[in-house]
Amino acid sequence: MSPEINLEEQFQARIDAGEKIEPKDWMPEKYRKTHIRQISQHAHSEIVGMLPEGNWITRAPSLRRKVGLLAKVQDEAGHGLYLYSAAETLGISRDQMFDQLHKGKAKYSSIFNYPTLSWADIGAIGWLVDGAAIINQVMLTRTSFGPYARAMVRICKEESFHQRQGYEIMLGLAKGTLEQKEMAQDALNRFWWPSLMMFGPRDAESPNTEQSVKWKIKRKTNDELRQQFIDITVPQAEYLGLTIPDPDLKWNEERGHYDFGEIDWNEFWQVVKGNGPCNKERLGARVNAWEEGAWVRDAAMAYSAKNKTQNSKVSKTA
Amino acid sequence: MNDKLYKYLLMLGDNSMILGHRLSELCGHGPSLETDIALTNISLDLFGQVRNIFQYAAKLKGANTTEDSIAFLRTARQHHNCILLEQPNTDFAHVIIRQYLFDAFQKLQLENLCESADDQIAAIAAKSLKETNYHVRFSAEWCKRLGAGTSESNQKMQEALNHLYPFSFEFFEQNEIESEMYSKGIGPDLNRLKDIYFSQVKTLLSTAELNIPDSPARHTKGKSGIHSEYLGYILSDFQYMQRVYPNMQW
Repeated sequence: MSPEINLEEQFQARIDAGEKIEPKDWMPEKYRKTHIRQISQHAHSEIVGMLPEGNWITRAPSLRRKVGLLAKVQDEAGHGLYLYSAAETLGISRDQMFDQLHKGKAKYSSIFNYPTLSWADIGAIGWLVDGAAIINQVMLTRTSFGPYARAMVRICKEESFHQRQGYEIMLGLAKGTLEQKEMAQDALNRFWWPSLMMFGPRDAESPNTEQSVKWKIKRKTNDELRQQFIDITVPQAEYLGLTIPDPDLKWNEERGHYDFGEIDWNEFWQVVKGNGPCNKERLGARVNAWEEGAWVRDAAMAYSAKNKTQNSKVSKTA
Repeated sequence: MNDKLYKYLLMLGDNSMILGHRLSELCGHGPSLETDIALTNISLDLFGQVRNIFQYAAKLKGANTTEDSIAFLRTARQHHNCILLEQPNTDFAHVIIRQYLFDAFQKLQLENLCESADDQIAAIAAKSLKETNYHVRFSAEWCKRLGAGTSESNQKMQEALNHLYPFSFEFFEQNEIESEMYSKGIGPDLNRLKDIYFSQVKTLLSTAELNIPDSPARHTKGKSGIHSEYLGYILSDFQYMQRVYPNMQW
């Protein structure tokens, strides 16, 4: 048996025993690469996700809502920071990850390629998008790679607060005037299907699932997670008095789950490939912020270098 | 109701509100994640201060007045912020210079307001001062970093300073209400703060390798409700929901 195979077996044994893998531990190259891909995509989703919600900060309807939304979007920037740091432990820099995002080589969650057209969309995103994200992320708190799992514990706490905040916005609208109810229903109509798409392709078409389950990156399949989300969310929509835009949705007593209609997979793949309603605008905004900020980052580096030289001169004379 | 005290509160609150709004426009578009987080944080602090001030003002005004009716339902002419704070986010240099010129003033003002004869104002000032101490540290550090960073950053900062510095004089153009607040021990003596302010600002800017522009003060009357053309656009965004969907709960 070659030493490499032996290492892989030992590695798998550690994962099977529920041990966490730490950055300095030996790991298969594919494990490292998969994690860099997944964690950086997750980080990119956090910072691109700031844009659709940021779109309503200046127009939030009350001071309380404005402060809530600002704080939420700021939390997302914070999540981006932890996640980039977690990915950096695997030997890639934040600048390299940004470069992959800007060149379209790295993906981010497709949900953020949909526009936010009314204030109710801010409620719907908190309720549905953060709700879907939590289902994925709670699973990831038990993932095998230590830094990722720990980042998730912290992120999940904040995300569940965001989800409650989103639901509370929806509740306010549902109890409000006819115009407010219509606004809430319209937001649900537009965000329902894209939220279901957040769990990815059907298991039969998800080639990474098997390996990911083995490495405990995934502990449940896309279809299992999607079903879990639907089962949790349908009663929440009923409580709001809103209608889920799926005529095939109904409780299946035998399965103990809701049956639901077919997702438009053509739309899913089109948005993934970059042809969604806002892909170009979202990526354009990130590239623009990066390019416009280049002189600021250069100046900060130059200033820090100057100060180091001065400090070392001072310490030499002292 | 004490009409003058009410107007004085609007003057205090509007500065924070309009600057908070400008910073909130940047959320998600900063030059780095760290600066994005910091500027959003400052915006959050400013809106927190606005809420404290407007909640107090609403109590003074009584009837159906709320923090939101004050924040969202006034015309441009009924706003009393200084014109500096309306200036757009032209680039990060403008953002930082605008921030520093305000923070340095706000710190002095709040230190004085902590001693205000009005207990509410004193309490709000004490809470706000902790935050503003952090803001001025942030903006002053960035003035130094960008002023003394590269020749490109120095040039951008100098341009921003040339544009914005002349607006800073408005802070000290003591109007009738501010004079009365001073005479009652509620507000500071702005004439006295002026010298301290410009001496601090000059020291910092020279450390930042920037030259004080010799252009004269801009003749502006934001505090009296005569604003730049920018404010109308700010309010179009800011008030959109309350205007399109009046009298609703959010």
